[in-house]
Amino acid sequence: MVRLNINGEDREIDVDPDTPLLWVLRDELQMTGTKFGCGIAACGACTVHLDGTPVRSCQTMASDAEGMSIVTIEGVDGKAAKAVQAAWRDLDVPQCGYCQSGQILAATALLAETPKPSDEDIDMAMSGNVCRCATYTRIRAAIHRAAETMEG
Amino acid sequence: MLHMMQRLQQQAIRPTRRSFLKMSAVAAGGLVIGSHLPFSPARAAAGAGDDMFTPFVRISTDGIVTVLNKHLDMGQGNATGLATLVAEELDAAHGQMRAEFAPADVERYKNLAFGMQGTGGSTAIANSFEQYRKAGATARAMLVAAAAEAWGVPVAEITVSGGRISHASGKSAGFGEFAEAAAKLEVPAEVTLKSPDRWVYIGKSFPRLDVPNKTVGAPRTYGMDVQRDNMLVAVLTRPLAFGAKVKSFEASAAKAVKGVVDVIEVPGHGVAVLATSTWPAIKARDLLEIEWDETGAETRSSDALYAEYREMAEADGPVFRDDGDVAAALEGAATVVEETFQFPYLAHGMMEPMVLTIHVEGDRATLWYPSQFQTVDQGTAAAVLGIPQENVTIETLYGGGSFGRRTSPDARHIVELATIARLWGKSQPIKLVYTREDDTRAGYYRPMGVHKVRAGLDADGNLVGWHHRIVQQSLMTGTLFEQYMVHDGIDETSVEGVKDASYAIPAFKGELHSPKVGVPVLWWRSVGHTQTGYVVEAMIDKAARAASADPLAFRRRHLEKPSGDAARDKDNVRKLGVLNKVAEMAGWSGPVNGDRFRGIAVHKSFNTYVAEVAEVSRRDDGTFKVENVWCAVDCGIAVNPDNVKAQMEGGIGYGLAAVLFSEITLTDGHVDQLNFDTYRPLRIDEMPRVEVEVLASAEAPSGAGEPGTPPVGPAVANAILAATGEVPATLPLTNHGLA
Ligand code: FES
Ligand code: FES
Repeated sequence: MVRLNINGEDREIDVDPDTPLLWVLRDELQMTGTKFGCGIAACGACTVHLDGTPVRSCQTMASDAEGMSIVTIEGVDGKAAKAVQAAWRDLDVPQCGYCQSGQILAATALLAETPKPSDEDIDMAMSGNVCRCATYTRIRAAIHRAAETMEG
Repeated sequence: MLHMMQRLQQQAIRPTRRSFLKMSAVAAGGLVIGSHLPFSPARAAAGAGDDMFTPFVRISTDGIVTVLNKHLDMGQGNATGLATLVAEELDAAHGQMRAEFAPADVERYKNLAFGMQGTGGSTAIANSFEQYRKAGATARAMLVAAAAEAWGVPVAEITVSGGRISHASGKSAGFGEFAEAAAKLEVPAEVTLKSPDRWVYIGKSFPRLDVPNKTVGAPRTYGMDVQRDNMLVAVLTRPLAFGAKVKSFEASAAKAVKGVVDVIEVPGHGVAVLATSTWPAIKARDLLEIEWDETGAETRSSDALYAEYREMAEADGPVFRDDGDVAAALEGAATVVEETFQFPYLAHGMMEPMVLTIHVEGDRATLWYPSQFQTVDQGTAAAVLGIPQENVTIETLYGGGSFGRRTSPDARHIVELATIARLWGKSQPIKLVYTREDDTRAGYYRPMGVHKVRAGLDADGNLVGWHHRIVQQSLMTGTLFEQYMVHDGIDETSVEGVKDASYAIPAFKGELHSPKVGVPVLWWRSVGHTQTGYVVEAMIDKAARAASADPLAFRRRHLEKPSGDAARDKDNVRKLGVLNKVAEMAGWSGPVNGDRFRGIAVHKSFNTYVAEVAEVSRRDDGTFKVENVWCAVDCGIAVNPDNVKAQMEGGIGYGLAAVLFSEITLTDGHVDQLNFDTYRPLRIDEMPRVEVEVLASAEAPSGAGEPGTPPVGPAVANAILAATGEVPATLPLTNHGLA
């Protein structure tokens, strides 16, 4: 049994404590926006925020997330998230889209920390998030655009 | 991807005009009200009067227009592309359009390029261009007729624009108001399509319909998202060597994992863990102890295979092209350049691993997954389960990438899951999840290959002879496509891009060896072209260098001269178009640009012409970083130019990853790579800046999903040639200290 706070809601879930948070979200809570890509923290598809920091939920045991605030793509909100999602839509960033929940959470965390990121900041913050469709040029452009709209 | 396109196109089963109109009737008439179809199209296929049901367009009373996409959208954007075609002729507004996947039904939803329902060969827009516009025009005509009747005005006085039906008297209505009445009307025998000058969406802007959902993590989007009541998750351990069999296995530790329901041997496939959810299945699978019998399995290592291939490349083989006397031409040449190229196996590595769900109930079965080849998959599931094909329903979901992987002629993934379901025996949904490791190791790779080329130049630096030998496993031999795609020992997909190489070269000979290897191979984004395009374009640069010519000027010279073949001459006009455009975009002034190096390449695939310039810088450690790529594309009419750009950007990044980093290797037949740590993807800091221009064209639309990929490899190779004087002939570059 683990107790988790997900998107502001307290949940009790009957799983082994060593179950990765990813599978608690996807299979136990049917919150499938968080994606399974590699299972070894190598792709970022499973990114969620733990107390505001982007982490790989495939390598986070559910029990380790107890007492922390977990935010997923279904619940992410606020100025940075709104700006990022709007920029993603304006520029038609997603292709297959499978990596994009993770990309959006990584980009949101970046902008919350660094409202005006340079290309190097983007490389640093986003290089853990693989996009096999290689939408990287648009991801970069959309982050810059989101930064602009947050300013305005 | 499925690429029997050129061949099958000639033999495709085209719908008769009559059957088309009948289909459209209901499409339009679909004007099918509300969110539920009167009966399921899959059942309709078997029932009487079913051809009154229309497949492509549905309009509900709230004015929502749903376009049924007969293709799989795995990121290429065809769901939006086909909706664009309908919206154009329907004069609908972007906001009222929705996209949905069509059910498996070959009669209605076949790819007109294949005669089967399936997606590949970059054909989605090309084969649907007329069909979906006609569906839109038919629906429009019926809505207008219904409005004219209700308002008591002549049809000709009614206008439709932005989803509104209007009359000069001031009467005006949305589509929803007439959807029901229109559905009851007779289907027009003829519809007139708009002339291109009246297009408001085609060639302009139509934002993607699937993007909003993909920015909020919407449920039930991908195959991986499927959840059914009482569902089991299966994880299958496949043999380490292709063709090995289970000798024995020990599952007590696996069975002890909470949530595991059973562990079963799946003869011919491996050992499956069945659990109530995904994590216990993965965890338990790692506790299995399996002994494999590798008798008869493929146990060669990559090095041994390369050595065999290189030896074959020295010997004569079946001839696929023979212009002029190549031996004499090379004999008499002033200079001969020679190179042997080596390409590794490649996994597709799409972001969403393979996944599919089945529920067998009596003599019926339903599947939920990104189906890329409905007709083959449906027949395969039926055969394994021993039920009629029409009893297999497929609900297609978005694919998290594919690049060719989600369709294979033997539908292996379907066989695996249907077999598991049959063995399990209980009527219970089962979802087969491939982990990343499963996905990487399961085979169905782009074939490895060796190419050997000798090219001769005369004293003036003109190509006079080209002798090209290819050694590559056949994709099509032994599949249901063999009869279309393999002729006299030549698999067309192995030689495409060389057979139709169009530079003016008086003597040209091509030979193909097709070794048999026990590794399953499959089309991989652009099929044969990532190898053939690389070799031809890198050799052209090598020849240009030997002739002391600028690579762009050398290409122009050999494309401007008559090639001796009308089809090739036509190709060359369009190749020159993209080549000149990309040179202008990049400001080409030669392969050396300050401390940067540049390479240029042009290639035709899937009837689309793409030229790219890559610019690289050299790091202190001697490796190269790709800084910029310029790309010019001529794909005929670009239905959605921004999406074509996106496909070029993505195709460049995908091709670049392969050239720089990717390979699947074998040690004693066991795949060495497991996950993204060893099968290295491209990351954002490795993505060059990319600039794309789409050429204006009035030619019929051709492919966009694949053709951006082939030129990037040779463009980078040629930039490295400019820096080092050597053609990088063995991929990936990272193995040779180049990336
Ligand atoms: S699934 Fe967690 S990083 Fe890839
Ligand atoms: S959009 Fe397909 S993996 Fe990123």
